[in-house]
Amino acid sequence: MGFRTILRKLQGDQFRYVVIRLIQAPVVLLLLITLSFFLMRFAPGGPFMLEQRTDPVIEQAIRAKYLLDKPLSYQYWSFVKDLLRGDLGPSFKHKNRTVNEIIAATLPHSIYLGVIATLLAAFLGIAAGLFSAIRHDTSVDYGLMACAVIGISLPTFVIGPLLQLSFSIYWQWFPLAGYEGMAKPSYIILPALSLALPFAGRIARLMRAGMLDVLNADFVRTARAKGLPETIVIFRHTIRGGILPVVSYLGPAIAQLVTGSLVVEKIFQIPGLGREFVEGALNRDYTLVMGTVIVYGALIILFNLLSDIMYGVLDPRVKYV
Amino acid sequence: MIPTLISRLSKFFPTLFIAFFLLNWCSTGSAVTTIPDWKKSYLPKSDAWRKTAQHFVFNNSTEPDTIDPALVTGVPESRIADALFEGLISLDPKTLQPRPAIAESWKISDDGLRYTFYLRKDARWSNDTPITAPDFYQSWKRVLMPETGAAYAYQLFPVRGAEEFAKGQLDSFSDVGINVIDNHTLDVQLKSPCSYFLNLVAFHTLFAVPVNIIKKYGDRWVLPENIVCSGAFTLKSWKPRQKIELIPNPHYWDGKVCKLERVTVLPYDDLDTAYRLYLNGDIHWMPSIPVLKLDEIKRHPDYYAMPYLGSYFYRLNVTRAPFTDVRVRKAFSLAIDRKILTEHVLKGGEQPATWFCPPIGDYAPIKGLTYNRVRARELLREAGYGTDLKRLPDVEVLYNTSEGHKKVAEAIAQQWKDNLKVNVSLRNTEWKVLLNDMNTLNYQISRSGWIGDYGDPNTFFDMFVTGGGNNRTGWSSDRYDDLLQRSQLERDTAKRNQLFKQMEAILVEEEFPIIPLYIYVNKGLLRDSVYGWFENIRDLHSLKYVWLEE
Repeated sequence: MGFRTILRKLQGDQFRYVVIRLIQAPVVLLLLITLSFFLMRFAPGGPFMLEQRTDPVIEQAIRAKYLLDKPLSYQYWSFVKDLLRGDLGPSFKHKNRTVNEIIAATLPHSIYLGVIATLLAAFLGIAAGLFSAIRHDTSVDYGLMACAVIGISLPTFVIGPLLQLSFSIYWQWFPLAGYEGMAKPSYIILPALSLALPFAGRIARLMRAGMLDVLNADFVRTARAKGLPETIVIFRHTIRGGILPVVSYLGPAIAQLVTGSLVVEKIFQIPGLGREFVEGALNRDYTLVMGTVIVYGALIILFNLLSDIMYGVLDPRVKYV
Repeated sequence: MIPTLISRLSKFFPTLFIAFFLLNWCSTGSAVTTIPDWKKSYLPKSDAWRKTAQHFVFNNSTEPDTIDPALVTGVPESRIADALFEGLISLDPKTLQPRPAIAESWKISDDGLRYTFYLRKDARWSNDTPITAPDFYQSWKRVLMPETGAAYAYQLFPVRGAEEFAKGQLDSFSDVGINVIDNHTLDVQLKSPCSYFLNLVAFHTLFAVPVNIIKKYGDRWVLPENIVCSGAFTLKSWKPRQKIELIPNPHYWDGKVCKLERVTVLPYDDLDTAYRLYLNGDIHWMPSIPVLKLDEIKRHPDYYAMPYLGSYFYRLNVTRAPFTDVRVRKAFSLAIDRKILTEHVLKGGEQPATWFCPPIGDYAPIKGLTYNRVRARELLREAGYGTDLKRLPDVEVLYNTSEGHKKVAEAIAQQWKDNLKVNVSLRNTEWKVLLNDMNTLNYQISRSGWIGDYGDPNTFFDMFVTGGGNNRTGWSSDRYDDLLQRSQLERDTAKRNQLFKQMEAILVEEEFPIIPLYIYVNKGLLRDSVYGWFENIRDLHSLKYVWLEE
């Protein structure tokens, strides 16, 4: 069996795998939607329950306005029908906006934050892991890995205020909180950094382990024996193999960075989707919660799929079953 | 800390005379004649403020649900609605007395049933069209229409036929007691005298909104590109969760009073972050502070604490043992030393209260029953509980998840354990679950609070009417209902206050459906460059009077 047939066979397998996953995705999403829809409705209290008790007749009129007086099955089907048309409905809490508008307004901010954080995490993590591996078992290695462990173990609600205190109040390098979009990137640095550090720590450890694995491989010994300079050995021959664990981790990590930024969004007051999700749930803003669940669900499924595919492209040893 | 604020505000009194002269000198002749005396005292006494950039920034602590005054129910939302819209009447920024706003005067008939409002001719919308009596007619009709979904529609219920119309029992709005006499005269008939009606007219639910604009744009009418305002400011931008910016309304009838050129409203809900921004000098006013940092914030010279029209209390479910017995309810109230609570747990200057309704205007609360654990134990024995008698069942306190409520509940539970030898457990739930449990009487003791909607004791006492939506205790008393009804018909203030006191006595000296704990204080931080911001029990601070002066 020649190389080309292996490649073709693999591509066939890969193609089939991607198709299966693409079929699975909407099914998973639909399950998620259905489950969240009913869980949300069964939570005690409703979107229009206020401390000041609303007159029953007026409350009835408000409920009718949002179809909440209809049977649950009717509400579910009407939600699914609207969803197929791409309409997520009006927000119950934010009375002047639709869920589509809220997501359209907030998701880009979360993605922007997530992307910057991913870049920071990848850059810091890969660089630290690389140095640690090259300077294996030296004080540089120990120092960097200690930092990595600290980064992994410190929660963002500790890192965030620490960064604010040092970089904004003490040194006054970056704004303390707030958000001005891409026009003023200085606002995004600290939140992105607090979001990135735990991930950078994990990436550093994965990178180091991956590199050490490859540095001891036979082909690297061969490369060194041929008399290649160490930089070429590292950058041409080992990084590609050493980075594999990082790649497999990056997919879920990006999804987590984009969808898991709610604490950072709160500390730095970034108008992202994460806070809409949490507050939507607390306010029983049914439609808003459903909208965010769908977006988050789709993002997580998508990034996991992408990372699996990327892994196969980089590492020919991977088999799709 | 209150004295600091007062001294800050009063340090200008010596300059009053010079200032008065300056005011006359710098304003145009015609404007001065129209500014009434009460208002003059709230305006700057010199021109020094002109040297400071008039850009006011405050943290509103949350993203507003809406800024449509008819739909607004929360305090943060009302801060914006009050700046953008105005009603026939507004409240004095300090005394909260009704003052002319879009109505330059009004007349109340001798029987107290008929209110005639005379609108000023120079009142204009921000799009430079006149604000007329039909605008108010349409705005109030909109509040009452069921499809508007205005949760506070009941603010109009004193008006004849309004409640029936809102509940669909009346088909035609022409049967409701609101009539346009001419473009500048609005006639309102009440179903029975209502001594606080002007207070309601000054409330945001009854503000003028541009109904034709609302018809055109639907729910999106409040967005900056569509909005038309009747108040001192207009909406420049609204970036959700980022900021809201207000600028002066160029066509506002009282625009000469307005000195701020820009207001930035921040929706930052992380109060720790907002506090750091305050320390950094980025915010002028923080109406809410992070309570866990109170000890530190109290030492800040900008800290203020002022009495608030709010009461913190526990509801008792009188349909569930052991609180079906009034002696047990009374014992639980007597067994709390509220001073320990306010001085060692809350520490923010809260007033310990054995009464429910805070002082409002002429109304001074009765004293209630103070801490007496001996009497409390006797009462339990009388009810048949004691070491040699049957055991008092365990009780549970329900509260919504929050550090503050938890500390209060722990302190009270400890006192009950010590004084009554009862097992008390605490259960925290999410806010909406607490409301649901209270509405369905699924609790024994529940954490409660009430902030008055208007400056009249009625806003507190009508809660506990039999079957009322805000009662939530299962308690009912014919005598109380009767007193409440009489108070609502009584027009003599002194007599009304007597009736209120009798109702209060039923609540906190005889029947105990609730255990009052303390009267709220409003705690915040205000930079000393802010002027024209006045203390009052409703925490209302009209932005049109505010100015900055370094």
